[in-house]
Order: sequence, then structure tokens, then C-alpha cells
Amino acid sequence: MTTGLVAPEHEDWRHFARKALANRSFLTGAVITAFVVAVALVSFVWTPYDVTKLVIADRLQAPTASHWFGTDHFGRDILSMVMVGSRNSIAVALIAVGIGMAAGVPLGCWAAAKRGVADEILMRTSDIIFAFPALLSAVMITAIFGPGAVNAIIAIGIFNIPVFARVARGGALALWPREFILAARAAGKGAGLITVQHILPNIANLLLVQGTIQFSLGILAEAGLSYVGLGTQPPAPSWGRMLFEAQTMMSIAPHMAIVPGMAIIITVLGLNLLGDGLRDVLDPKLRREH
Amino acid sequence: MLFYALRRLFLVSITLLVASIVVFAVLEIVPGDPARLMLGINATEDAVAALRLQMGLDKPLVTRYFSWIGGMLTGDFGRSYTYSVPVMELVRERMVVSLPLALLALILSTTIAIPVGIFSAARRGTSADAGVMAATQVGIAIPNFWFALLLVYLFAVTFRLVPAGGFPGWDAGLGPALASLVLPAIALALPQAAILSRVTRSALLDVMSEDYIRTARAKGLPANTVLWRHALRNALIPVLTILGLQFAFLLAGTIIIENVFYLPGLGRLVFQAITQRDLIVVESVVVLLVATVIVVNFLVDLAYGWADPRLRTR
Repeated sequence: MTTGLVAPEHEDWRHFARKALANRSFLTGAVITAFVVAVALVSFVWTPYDVTKLVIADRLQAPTASHWFGTDHFGRDILSMVMVGSRNSIAVALIAVGIGMAAGVPLGCWAAAKRGVADEILMRTSDIIFAFPALLSAVMITAIFGPGAVNAIIAIGIFNIPVFARVARGGALALWPREFILAARAAGKGAGLITVQHILPNIANLLLVQGTIQFSLGILAEAGLSYVGLGTQPPAPSWGRMLFEAQTMMSIAPHMAIVPGMAIIITVLGLNLLGDGLRDVLDPKLRREH
Repeated sequence: MLFYALRRLFLVSITLLVASIVVFAVLEIVPGDPARLMLGINATEDAVAALRLQMGLDKPLVTRYFSWIGGMLTGDFGRSYTYSVPVMELVRERMVVSLPLALLALILSTTIAIPVGIFSAARRGTSADAGVMAATQVGIAIPNFWFALLLVYLFAVTFRLVPAGGFPGWDAGLGPALASLVLPAIALALPQAAILSRVTRSALLDVMSEDYIRTARAKGLPANTVLWRHALRNALIPVLTILGLQFAFLLAGTIIIENVFYLPGLGRLVFQAITQRDLIVVESVVVLLVATVIVVNFLVDLAYGWADPRLRTR
């Protein structure tokens, strides 16, 4: 009769793979995300054309066999720019998620372990941060401290902190009254050790799912900031910046806007599907019955 | 209910106070002298000193904060350096663009999302439901400013049905003014409608699995009566909460959308003020927007507490 006193077993990989392969949302999301990441990685070693090379003679070409997605107003190959732009989008969003996790998860776990005043302060602080429309604050931060990818990362990352703190706190609070945690406490383990050994492994699924959601939101936020000129700076290509440059060319070269827009949609869609699929596969309790 | 409202009001006041301190502090830690930043590197020392005096930068930090927040509470938001007019006047001028825009977007997103959510929930598991859900996934992934560009290309450039940008003012008549807000409102509303229709569907399906719905079915009520009379009313409670939260997104969204359509609203004002380093305008408008979000969420909380008495005791 010791089953209630041991930590829940982590799902073994074969079981996970079987469930994942049967989940359409997960599969589609994983394939799309893997494709986008692969494109970003390939762009480090190869792109069809040099994105820094301006070929005015080739400017504003519609999609052709030599330029699959056409060229922009400087004659740059749009496919190559979208490939290199994927790096920036992914890097900004990924590091912003990292910042949110690195600061938010310890805070959330700490609040759940301590409860009382610490918990109340964390919740009220996150309420205040949530009161600031994230985009408005990101615009304010990047504009004040200077436009650029690094400040965009910080601006997006700051708003990921309370999100991860709340998710970690919620997950940890549900675990603390469980018997295997009581057993660990009875064995003399402190709150920190229990958090590292028992709480974190059991809320990792929740954090992973939230991570994919914040990642996709980060891609959208970076595109928005770059579009208004506060994110990744030229000459580095970025999807948002490409859309800004396409705005005045819409009537003569609509492909300049359509291609980077589709790149953003496909990436965000892939991540959202992956997040939904992961939620279903990793935690049946969170599975959306509907 | 009164105790619940008072407790929420107290928390809202604290949140507003702290938010104002945060905005003030962020703008205080801007590297460099704000007066120098606002005037540019070519300004004379005298001009910088005069502006410092005008902005009260010679006074201690705490005094400046109280003087600023005291002014805000009495409707005196200070004077814009770039526009040389009271900030309150600027806010009033811009509010008549942004508020109708956000409200129009909210109305659009609700009128699209709730019927779509109901349609999908009523056909749960069918290919129609799957199609709608797939469409909402795409809707969530679309950046609203990209959608705005496509709308401009299609309806303003190709078909010439509405203006591509700008705002003629309400004096030009209701028709032209609304025509210039239609595309921005659609662009703002689409991603919100996608989220809201998923929430409506999910809330409705949650309610449909409740015992009282089973009872209603068991006593022979037609499926449509159960859906419209019993399920929908209860499902709308979480939808209301999401609507409150979406208001913040819509307000923030105006910053980019107003730039796409060259609309002279609050979002464009704050963006221009940031690039022109008109810090008085920035802090006033940001606090105003944050206060609006907090107050709207407070009203939604009250409505929620009124609709669901169990929440008042929490």
C-alpha cells in the first residue's frame, strides 16, 4: 500500500511517442515547427542569394523560376530574406521565453512553497504587469532604451515572467498537498530540495506547453515591433521589417507582403498546433474534452 | 455584493497606484537628461535649463511624482513639449478616434465570434466543427497589421470602396468617419474573434455536460431550446471575462493598426510621442491606457460577481 507515497512515474518514451503519433494536432505542429527551424538552420550555411546584395536591375520581380518568391524594391531575393528572417524571429522569441522561464518558474515555485505574504505579493505584482498591455509596454521599453533585437527580447521577456510564474505556481500549489510531497517532507527534505526533485519534474509538462504558446506570441510580438521599426534593425532581415517595407509597394508588388506574412502565419500556426497537441499528449487531465 | 465590490475597488486602487509609480519610474530611468533628450543635441544650455525648470526637473523625485499624479487626478496632464498644448487636449482629440475604433472592433469580434462558437458547439465533432476550429487556428496566427495591409490592398487599392488611410474627423459626417474606421476595426477584430469563438465553443460545451442540461433534455425539451435557453446564458459568463481581457489587447493593438492606417488616435499619439521623446505625453497616455484596462477589468469582475454569487465569497 505504498502507491500513494511515491512520486508519479514519468511517462516512458514509447508510450509518449505512441500517443504523439496518434495526435493530429501534435504531428502537424511538430512537422511545421521542425520545417521552420530547419529553414532557419540551413540559412546559416546556405541561402539561394546573398541577402546583403542589392541588384537594382532585378527589383520588384514577381515570383519566377530563378526567384521563387520574387524580389523586393532593392532586387533582393525574398526567399533568402525570409530564410534569414526566420533566424531573428526564432532567436528573439526563444530567448524571451528563456527569460520568462528562468525568472518566472523559480518565483512561482517559491510563492507556492512559501504561500502567505510571498504568494500574495507575487500575485498582485503579476496583476499589475498584466494591467499593462504588453505591446504598449514593449513599444515603450524599446523606444526608450533604443530599438534593436536585444531590447525587443528584454521587452517581450519581461512579460513572459508573470505568465510562467503563474503557471508554475498553479502547478506547484496542486502538488504540495499530495502524499508523495508529504512523504518527502516527512523524510526531512526542505522546500527547495522538494521543489527541485519533485515539483519541477511534475510541472515540466505544463511549462513546456506554456513555452510553445509564449514562443508563438513572441514571434508575433517581434514581428509587430520590427514592423514599427523598434525590433530587429536593418540590414538584418526580419519578417516584420519586410512587411513594413512592403506597405508602400502593395499596389505594384503584393508578393513583398504576402510572403513574409505567410511565413509568420505558418510559424505561429505550427507552434500553436504543437502546443495544443503537447497539452493533449503530455497531460491527459488537461486534455480538452471538446 | 457590496463587500465584494469594495474589496475589488481597494485592490484596483492599489494596482492603479503601483502602475503609476512603475510608469513614472521607468521614464525616470531613461538614460540622460529628459530635457536634453527632448530638445536634441543642438539645443543651447539656456533652453535646456528653461525646460528643466518648466518640467519641474529641479525638484526632488517624490515631489515630482505627487505633483504629476495630483495633476492627473484633477485632469491636468501637463503640457506637451512637441505640440505646445495641454496633454489633456491632445488626449481628448485622439480619444474620439481610438475609443470608437476599439469599440467597433469589440462589437465586430463579438458579433462574429459568438454565433461561430455556438454553430461549432452545436455541431461538435462534425466536419463543419473541424473546419471552423481550423479557421480559428489560422485566425489566431494572423498578425493583425499584415491582415490590415491585405485589407487595404483589396478594399482600398483594388476595389476603391473605402479610404486606404487617414481620418476625416467626425465633422465630415458619420458615413465618411465610420468608413475610415471599418478596415482598421476589421483588422483588429479578426484575431480576437478567432480567440473568442474558441472560448464560446469551449464554454458552451462545458455547460452542455452539466446535470441540469441533461435534466432539461430528459424532460423532452428540443435540442435548440436547451442550447439557447439554458446553456447559452451560463456559457456567456466566461465569454464576458475574456471580452474584458480583450479590451486591453484592442487598446494595445491600436498602436500598430493606427500606424498602418495613419489614424490620429491615442496609439499613434503615444508612438509619435515616444519617437519625439515627448515624455509627458508618453507617461500620461500610458497611465491612462493602463487605468482604462484596470477599470474595464474591474467592471467585468463586478459583472461576474453579480452573475455568479459564488465568486463574491472568494
